[in-house]
Amino acid sequence: MVKEISILIGGKAGDGIDKASIVIAQMLSSIGYRIFVHRDYPSLIRGGHTFSIIRASDIKIYAHKEEIDILIALNAETLDKHRKTLKNKCFYIYDSEQIKMHADACGTGIPINSILKEENAPELMKNSCLLGAFGKATGISWDIIEKTLKITIPKEIDLNLKVAKKGYEYAKELISIEKLQQNSLPVLTGNEALGLGFVAGGLDAYVGYPMTPSSGLLHFLAGLAKQFGLQVIHAENEISVIMMALGFAYTGKKSAVGTSGGGFCLMNEGLSLSGMAEIPVVIVLGQRTGPSTGLPTYTGQTELFYAIYSGHGEFSRMVVAPGNCEQAYYWAATSLGLAWKYQMPSILLSDKTLAESMYSFDLNEIEKIDSNDFLIWDKQLPYKRYLNTDDGISPLCFVPEKNAVIKVNSYEHDEYGITTEDPVITKQMQEKRLRKLEFLKKDLQENYQCVKVYGNLDSQNAILCWGSNTPVCVEVSEKLGFKVIQPVVIHPFPEEQFKKAMIGVRNLISVECNATGQLTDLIRQFGYSVNNKILKYDGRPFSVNELENNLKAL
Amino acid sequence: MEQINLNTNAKNTWCIGCGNFAILNAIRIVLKELIAEGTPAENFVLVSGIGCHAKIVDYININSFYSLHGRVVPVATAIKVANPSLNVICFSGDGDSYGEGLEHLLFAAKRNVDITMIIHNNRVYGLTTGQFTPTSPSGFKGRSTPYGNPEHPFNPLELMLASGASFVARGFSHGIDLLKKLFKEAILHKGFSIIDVLQVCVTFYNMYKYYDERVYEMDNHNELDFNQALVKAKEWDYNTDTKIPLGIFYRTQKPTFEANFHRLNKDVDRINGVKEILKNLNL
Repeated sequence: MVKEISILIGGKAGDGIDKASIVIAQMLSSIGYRIFVHRDYPSLIRGGHTFSIIRASDIKIYAHKEEIDILIALNAETLDKHRKTLKNKCFYIYDSEQIKMHADACGTGIPINSILKEENAPELMKNSCLLGAFGKATGISWDIIEKTLKITIPKEIDLNLKVAKKGYEYAKELISIEKLQQNSLPVLTGNEALGLGFVAGGLDAYVGYPMTPSSGLLHFLAGLAKQFGLQVIHAENEISVIMMALGFAYTGKKSAVGTSGGGFCLMNEGLSLSGMAEIPVVIVLGQRTGPSTGLPTYTGQTELFYAIYSGHGEFSRMVVAPGNCEQAYYWAATSLGLAWKYQMPSILLSDKTLAESMYSFDLNEIEKIDSNDFLIWDKQLPYKRYLNTDDGISPLCFVPEKNAVIKVNSYEHDEYGITTEDPVITKQMQEKRLRKLEFLKKDLQENYQCVKVYGNLDSQNAILCWGSNTPVCVEVSEKLGFKVIQPVVIHPFPEEQFKKAMIGVRNLISVECNATGQLTDLIRQFGYSVNNKILKYDGRPFSVNELENNLKAL
Repeated sequence: MEQINLNTNAKNTWCIGCGNFAILNAIRIVLKELIAEGTPAENFVLVSGIGCHAKIVDYININSFYSLHGRVVPVATAIKVANPSLNVICFSGDGDSYGEGLEHLLFAAKRNVDITMIIHNNRVYGLTTGQFTPTSPSGFKGRSTPYGNPEHPFNPLELMLASGASFVARGFSHGIDLLKKLFKEAILHKGFSIIDVLQVCVTFYNMYKYYDERVYEMDNHNELDFNQALVKAKEWDYNTDTKIPLGIFYRTQKPTFEANFHRLNKDVDRINGVKEILKNLNL
């Protein structure tokens, strides 16, 4: 009986690999396993080589391993590319009519076309056949397979079940997966976790333009629009996206946008406007391999500095980099609250790994989300949108408000929001806007876990990491006895909490998915340096084994 | 009529003789009329871009969003979607909405979002001191085209008609009677309305005399007829020295963008909703 298993399913784009991997994840999740699904697909609609690795374990996991237990191949290329990573070289399931093997081939061949013909089923049901075979190969009982298929593929379920049953009967048991005695958890993508966090945090409007890896967030929230009364717009371009979000916010509607680096470039003038006009907005910046179009469907952590320094002029902002679904949920909600409390833009750094991988999600792990009520106008006349206060935060009210004229302005402006070029007011207002950051920094230091520490807390050896890289660092560190330090809040940099996390650390190793070591460079501003850097910039996330080997090689 | 004061303390910095004064005076009168007729002053939101035109929001004591160059439409669209009961009136220039922000303008017409666009079309960049714009005539000698504009202007009315605008009009900044009429009708129109105002820049492109000799108000024009509207819109191509028709070219009724959004009459418990979704995701 095993308590951890990795399955790789591969074929060409259009084969339904994604859907099949979700079904496998759900099968394993429903018998108590914790899931991580790594998705690797090229930027095309049909053809190419696409695969998913579904890793399931009795404890929560957030990264994939290269070694696999079962390989499901829809084409010969998948077998060629991945068979070498099988622990047992015979544990593969394949379409025996598509892939011609030597007579002594030891895998489990399924004559899919014949089965489909026999059942008079369409070609697109071939995956059901393989899923049935997979269930048998891993010792999952037929009733679990049936239940999962009924929920995940409700269309023409009877025929799908017939085909799956044939696959089930054809295969033999290779591994016996134990049914775990623990509750099952929902499996969702980072994008879905962000979306749910926004909903929980009181989001009213979401605006987007399709761009990998953030399109999933647009789709997810568009699907929830009716249930929660959200206004979701797919705009004409990213310039419009952020300007619409600011229009919503002007009326008091909490808004967010999502994009990737290229789209964020177009949003930069709107970002500066958010800073100048003090109109809150949350921006999900889903990083991928750049620069420029780069590798659109692969991952990267190359926009840490861009998030901190984007836009023209000097203004206050917040930058947060969640590392898993629970953090994504928590910080989506919290960023929204803090953006409104401090009336500034807030950037959530995501990436392809976090956005599109699937994770078992545990709501109970998430601490309570502070509602972060924002300052409301006390009706003292006259209303001044940019009242210059001690902490720089001006009271808000929204159109239509009787007796208040609410003027926001991209130009430098006086307290009423009227354009000015006066040197004294210019200086005062610039200081007002920057002052908010100091108060935000204090708030974050006192009330939020801005720096997370994991692993062996007493170790002198620590890994420095951020974002979606964190969980793989944690998993490897638990094995090697390292400490892990993750700044979740990137800006304003949580100096105090970071200082505390660094106590006792003598050997600091940074692990980043970029070519220059951006967090490594950032901490230098605060007087810290690393002893070693492990950088990966081939578009793929670290696997557990790969990171372990890299660390051991230092 | 109750006299509401719509002035602000902002110092007006337009040139003497600027066509923007006619637009400012006309819109102030129209706003006062609409307020007197029952629309609360706080229900109006003015949105402007960047350029000489945009200063208008500093001069009117009404809610406003002084946006970025070319970015009037997205802001106004979201404000209208957020709260359809608001009256959203936009001011933009030819550089602003026909140049930098043209894509947004086309989409506003395509969506038929219920906002009003008043284009201060002086056919020159004023605030950046005299370059050609998308509606400057070919051969126009601007500071970036000292040997003459190598491009032909496009006809914004034709573009707007082709893009689905449900109210298309042209005005002129010499005199305010026609402007008042056009502004009021456009604001009261349900759907996307645009008024291309031939607004004269006295400093960089003084066209008063040129326009005075050529403009005329349309008579016997069936503004409900799309084809007739196109014919009238094509009568002057912003390039040749023909007569220039003024007035409403086209008006029609069709569904508006902001009507398509989901709105709840009561608050839903967000956390319970999230828990419900998670339950459904957990098989």
